[in-house]
Amino acid sequence: MQAQTLYEKLWSSHVVHVEDDGTALIYIDRHLVHEVTSPQAFEGLKLAGRKPWRVDSIVATADHNTPTDHWDMGIQDPVSRQQVETLDSNIREVGALAYFPFKDQRQGIVHVIGPENGATLPGMTVVCGDSHTSTHGAFACLAHGIGTSEVEHVMATQCLLQKKSKTMLVRVEGPLGAGVTAKDVVLAIIGRIGTAGGTGYAIEFGGSAIRSLSMEGRMTVCNMAIEAGARAGLVAVDDKTVEYFKGRPFAPRGETWDRAVEYWRTLHSDAGAVFDAVVELNAAEIKPQVTWGTSPEMVVAIDGTVPDPDLEKDPVKREGMARALQYMGLTPRTPIASVPVDKVFIGSCTNSRIEDLRAAAAVARGRQKAASVKQALVVPGSGLVKAQAEAEGLDKIFIAAGFEWREPGCSMCLAMNADRLEPGERCASTSNRNFEGRQGAGGRTHLVSPAMAAAAAIAGRFADVRELG
Amino acid sequence: MKPFIKLDGLVAPMDRANVDTDAIIPKQFLKSIKRSGFGPNLFDEWRYLDIGQPGQDSTNRPRNPDFVLNQARYQGAQVLLTRDNFGCGSSREHAPWALEDFGFRVLIGTTFADIFFNNCFKNGLLPIKLPAAEVDALFALCHLTPGYRLVVDLENQIVTRPDGHVIPFSVDPFRRECLLNGWDDIGLTLRHADKIRDFEARRRIEQPWLFA
Repeated sequence: MQAQTLYEKLWSSHVVHVEDDGTALIYIDRHLVHEVTSPQAFEGLKLAGRKPWRVDSIVATADHNTPTDHWDMGIQDPVSRQQVETLDSNIREVGALAYFPFKDQRQGIVHVIGPENGATLPGMTVVCGDSHTSTHGAFACLAHGIGTSEVEHVMATQCLLQKKSKTMLVRVEGPLGAGVTAKDVVLAIIGRIGTAGGTGYAIEFGGSAIRSLSMEGRMTVCNMAIEAGARAGLVAVDDKTVEYFKGRPFAPRGETWDRAVEYWRTLHSDAGAVFDAVVELNAAEIKPQVTWGTSPEMVVAIDGTVPDPDLEKDPVKREGMARALQYMGLTPRTPIASVPVDKVFIGSCTNSRIEDLRAAAAVARGRQKAASVKQALVVPGSGLVKAQAEAEGLDKIFIAAGFEWREPGCSMCLAMNADRLEPGERCASTSNRNFEGRQGAGGRTHLVSPAMAAAAAIAGRFADVRELG
Repeated sequence: MKPFIKLDGLVAPMDRANVDTDAIIPKQFLKSIKRSGFGPNLFDEWRYLDIGQPGQDSTNRPRNPDFVLNQARYQGAQVLLTRDNFGCGSSREHAPWALEDFGFRVLIGTTFADIFFNNCFKNGLLPIKLPAAEVDALFALCHLTPGYRLVVDLENQIVTRPDGHVIPFSVDPFRRECLLNGWDDIGLTLRHADKIRDFEARRRIEQPWLFA
């Protein structure tokens, strides 16, 4: 048999039907649902008199609108509350394999709770009305973000209409330097290929540097595949993948576990498999990264400077850079490490898992937030992550350092709840998007790793975590 | 879904690359549980000088006179000219809902982000990918010519400029058929319900752990 890429294996094992032009019906194993992109889908289903095809494929949670403090007071914003209550009533009516509502101990960011509960398993097709569904590709799942019409389509038919993507291998070889994390790797990749570099592709991340990452780190990398334009990111199954699922609530057990593992072990690209594109990075050259602009591709290493648009030849790009610098309030050639920050956000589906909190806490331990930093928020990805962190005493480290320890949710990644930047405020953020207004109208976002965010909180400006010791 | 066959429409230029869906429709408007009414908040942060709130009447809000869609010559535009990677970022379908509600039916650019591109077709909005040279020329003509219009013909897959220059474009035959007829995807897929059931039954036996 011809050597296949991991993507091709996942694709071909889920094709139900193919139209003449190659448009395929792909069977969906897991449907993750949250409150923002589902209400119109549930309504559409109801209006058409349709029933969900397979209720036990649905795992739901409320994460985007939920507050991260004063849970005893409920959701204060009436519009946010209505959206969360709409999800409550839709799930009550329709059903689900599992629902983790607001305040549930297992509630959290949808992309954190899926794997954490074993509701995401290798070899699955996973969809969610959320572009960061690519996160689940870390477990060799074919995982896509979809729109609300597609949410309704999957509910009604258990299938998604899809064209097969092209395949790209991003290979990162060599050992990562001290202080260099999965976040720096993926920002460096985006800096290299651009925010549209992966458009039309499913990206498989490989090489020794990727294999050396924990499952949490691999999730961070796949999470941001979409910021490189790719709907799906993938990492092959290895021992770490299998180990991760042992004992998770929805993972198989006993004899079924053995059968599942045997299958999971086949989920890698075959030797000699051909990709449509290959990109190679040398891990040793990757330094801690900081974005300077309003697109994740606008990124430099911590020892770099803000670029000068006048040196850019392409007029559309030059104009874009100039606009970004104006929005960000930055001057060309400024050393990025001299830029002061007003706020720090540690959280989001990119970087809110236990490993991320440990890395940030290691920097914060025994140090103090700079007085000039108005707020340093730490928002765990889920109730379970929060409990784990508290069991390890991380909450106390953060609080002693002057950080705020919050309840789980999407929080200031997109500021649908009360956590946000005010106009002009500059933030070191572990989230995934530095778009204009993303963290609050007029807010200025710089994407960094959790360790770098903590370092910025301590220094009051961007600082090289490698020099903190 | 509204069918799309042919349109003779006024063109508005959005001359910047990487326009993301957060810019197209900011997050606070995503709290709506409806599919309609997003038009007044399309490009909200660029279009208005204040910060918009959900449920607010936008009629008398202060407008940014420099923003392209606020200029008198582009009122009533149905074709939006865009640059590379339009619609990147979040999967929010509120973005095409807002564009459609505002009055756009066609987007013309070099590249579109995948999820956004897909979402457009579900909402009677036609995104057209053209070579960079054609897009550059359209931007130049549109800037130069007040009231610049284009004829977009999906049946024959051509865009015709007022000077008679014809630009062919390609679109997946399946998507074209759906858009021409205004077909509902779900209805089409359910024609294959037996196949889906067979596939699922097989999967249940081969990989029972997926049906826990």
